Amino acid sequence: MPILNFRRRPQNELERGGRSRARADQTDPEISCPNCHRSWPVSSVWANYNTCPGCGWHYRTGARQRISFTADEDSFEEMFSDIVSTDPLKFPGYTKKLSVVRAASNEKEAVVCGTASIGGQKCALFVMEPQFMMGSMGAAVGERIVRLFEYAAEQELPVVGFTVSGGARMQEGLFSLMQMAKTSGAVLKHSEKGLFYLPVITGPTTGGVTASFAMEGDIILAEPGATIGFAGARVVEQTTRKPLPKGFQTAESMLEHGFVDAIVPRNRQRKVIAQLLRLHTGGVK
Amino acid sequence: MNKTAYDSVKLARGNGRPTGLDYIKEIFTEFFELHGDRRFADDPAVVGGVARLSGRPVTVIAIEKGHTAKERAARFFGAPGPEGYRKALRLMKQAEKFNRPVICFVDTSGAYCGVGAEERGQGQAIAENLMTMMGLSVPVISILIGEGGSGGALALAVADRVWMLENAIYSVISPEGCASILWKDAAKAGEAAACLKLTAQDAKEFGFVEEVISEEQLGQPGFYAELRRKLEGELKALSGTPDLKEQRYERFRAFGRSSL
Repeated sequence: MPILNFRRRPQNELERGGRSRARADQTDPEISCPNCHRSWPVSSVWANYNTCPGCGWHYRTGARQRISFTADEDSFEEMFSDIVSTDPLKFPGYTKKLSVVRAASNEKEAVVCGTASIGGQKCALFVMEPQFMMGSMGAAVGERIVRLFEYAAEQELPVVGFTVSGGARMQEGLFSLMQMAKTSGAVLKHSEKGLFYLPVITGPTTGGVTASFAMEGDIILAEPGATIGFAGARVVEQTTRKPLPKGFQTAESMLEHGFVDAIVPRNRQRKVIAQLLRLHTGGVK
Repeated sequence: MNKTAYDSVKLARGNGRPTGLDYIKEIFTEFFELHGDRRFADDPAVVGGVARLSGRPVTVIAIEKGHTAKERAARFFGAPGPEGYRKALRLMKQAEKFNRPVICFVDTSGAYCGVGAEERGQGQAIAENLMTMMGLSVPVISILIGEGGSGGALALAVADRVWMLENAIYSVISPEGCASILWKDAAKAGEAAACLKLTAQDAKEFGFVEEVISEEQLGQPGFYAELRRKLEGELKALSGTPDLKEQRYERFRAFGRSSL
């Protein structure tokens, strides 16, 4: 895995080391890599797109951080942030859970949507938030994504989307399940206008998100090592009572089986996305 | 005594219930079964083909669980793999080509859970069905006759009309799965079933299904005759609708809006 090329001109605050410099002023604790078990100062991990500077292990990454990695500086404009889930089923403990998660994650829902430019290419962008109930899809997540696709269709913009999700949000019952159909409908409408949709699947993406908009892209990218599947690996193991094959449900095995187009490490994503966006403009009929 | 949500779960899973093939045999004539997804295999958990509904050619697709233990094992207990969804997809596209309405009978605890199913793209197969069904130009009616298990059921239920039998269930997760996640105790499935609002009455109340079909005469000739009459009537109404596709999108587009 190539280490970040530091000679490249920094393109946003993070690359310039703004945040990590601020952190270093205080303390710079070390975190250990779950893959190579070496310890690194947090600042160097952050400066390396939240991947291990040694082995390239991709740490799970929050939506805002991802936006700072991907979008051109100050280009992201958030939309639909007022759409939040309520508790349609009066599910025990759900309202409380929502308020706890909102406080802890500093997000109001499990997806952040808006417009941005990536390498100068304007696009609609959604990024799911793993800190918010593991990116689970309830009515608000579905609604935000649908509105983004509808807006993109209207404005003739391509859509770039980062998925990370445990699937449907069980506390919203069928309201949650129906978002799979609803988002698929919105992707279709966007697609029928000849517009480009590029999902980037990050780990883990499972269940209802895999079985809807994550797999409906024109081109599908994935992050190295990302878990991608429909049924959870543990459920498959318990059901089949057999050990799982090596590499089961990884991005690499999805590539091998033909379900993603390419695996792109985080430090190359901005470049690759921009390239693909550019390649999808100027087609001649 | 009032019936609990979990009573419906047990009834929906019951061995004695009519299965997909029973509906096909009793409601339609000239059923000709079509096999295979033209990609990999033929999934016995999904039965599909062409038939007539009171003279009119239709495409019928059903998830089949089987009745006896042997049949159930042979049908993978009605859990379709990617090949099952792809067979259904193939038949739906065929229906569109020949301008035939599509009628689906849904009865599954969920999509097949296994290494092979995952490696052959269970998630992708379901996603493709959802997207394609959204775009079909022909009328689609889906009837949940037993279990409506999550994405595996929805993959045959992106329809203009969705009906449910009185004791059918429709849920984002099995009550056992929900209970083990919430309370680390699958034995609390009864409580979970109540929380999930998975009965036909709940689904009707929230607007996820248009009609709940009485089970008073379940499996008797009168039951099928009534269902055939209902299907005829609905197909007649839907066939005259000019922008079916747009209305189908709006039908699903509305779900969850009220809860925001």
